Amino acid sequence: MAEPVIETRDLKKTYKDVAAVNGIDLSVERGSIHGFLGRNGSGKTTTIKMLLGLTHPTSGEARVFGLTPNDRDEGVEARRRIGFVGEEKGTYDFISVGRMIRFTSSFFPRWDREMEERLLAKFDLPLKQSVRTLSKGMRAKLALLLALPRRADLLILDEPTEGLDPEITEDVLQILVGLAASGETTIFFSSHRLNEVEQIADQVAIIDRGRIAVLGALDDLKDSYRRVTAVFDWEVPSQLSSLAGGMPVKSDGRVLSVLTNGGTDEIVNRAYSFNAVSVDVAPVTLKEIFIECKRTDAE
Amino acid sequence: MLIKPNPSSGTPIYVQLMEQIKHAIETGALQPGEQLPGIRKLAEDLVINPNTAAKVYRELEHEGVIELRQGAGAFVAERKGAVARADILRARPLVRSLLARLLQLGLGEDEIRRLFEAELTSTREESRTNSTRR
Repeated sequence: MAEPVIETRDLKKTYKDVAAVNGIDLSVERGSIHGFLGRNGSGKTTTIKMLLGLTHPTSGEARVFGLTPNDRDEGVEARRRIGFVGEEKGTYDFISVGRMIRFTSSFFPRWDREMEERLLAKFDLPLKQSVRTLSKGMRAKLALLLALPRRADLLILDEPTEGLDPEITEDVLQILVGLAASGETTIFFSSHRLNEVEQIADQVAIIDRGRIAVLGALDDLKDSYRRVTAVFDWEVPSQLSSLAGGMPVKSDGRVLSVLTNGGTDEIVNRAYSFNAVSVDVAPVTLKEIFIECKRTDAE
Repeated sequence: MLIKPNPSSGTPIYVQLMEQIKHAIETGALQPGEQLPGIRKLAEDLVINPNTAAKVYRELEHEGVIELRQGAGAFVAERKGAVARADILRARPLVRSLLARLLQLGLGEDEIRRLFEAELTSTREESRTNSTRR
């Protein structure tokens, strides 16, 4: 198999004595769209900064295109091939939108003028207005317009659709899908919006307090996670409260609800062996996985 | 022709799309020999992951529902594996008599629907596990 575009091994970053990133192993294949999820402060942005070589890891290693981002020369080489949209969306404040676009595109020989025009038409950006006076949503659009037409080999997008309305978000997702379909662009993006991750990602990583909580192909996760709900005649038997091998169990009077990853049959059988009246197995959404994973860890 | 899948459903997008395409073939909306959109177009039109779009075609080919022709694209297969209208007509009385018996047993509409759904899900999962094992 081809070398992964992004690979990290036991990547750690400690600020003073707080571990922001606490041992992350990631592997992102070429041509994939990898969704990177986690609540605020979980270590997403710190991880992304290490991938870009903007922050040095405390230990472990990160490689992008096989290069070390925090090495001076290799970092330059890696960043040349990356299009980045960050949370701060910092751009030069004093010039106009139009000049900002011309200035940026001049650095990239493969700049896709057609996509630039398509985005301009959709985004409705005021070309003559100075960047400083743009609203938050306009800034988000400008940041995307400066990153997507580069024909970068890798797009690292930190909350790219933050501040965009649903219609524009769908346009942006469509462009990302088209870029990935070319087979040349790999996309690694973080988002709070689980539905958009579910829509376009094929791989997902959920990070919680600096560690990977869930990692895998989205389809596999949806295939292997199930919610089992069992109803009993009387109270849920106490022996069942620990049945799921550490998976979150909710019991409420006569109803037991378990989120399981691959242990469906065992749980169903156990529930029946304790005379459950009915047992229901239902597929789960990424949102349920996301919420439950955080909760287990917090307990 | 195809409608956007619901990404927030527990059913994977590729499964939703496989069912949509099969349904379109069963109802005649898609005819044997008809060409399906390319992977890139499918991904862009529905705004889904291109690997997911490719998986839809791969799985449908595996089931004999479509044919992938090198360089030319995806085409609805000639009847093999697909259910024809005649088959659906033949299935109707079976369903009707089973339904009558279930109603006789005192089951409600919702319960019957749930039972069918549950059976379909487990059959589908069994066949999927079997095909991955192969």
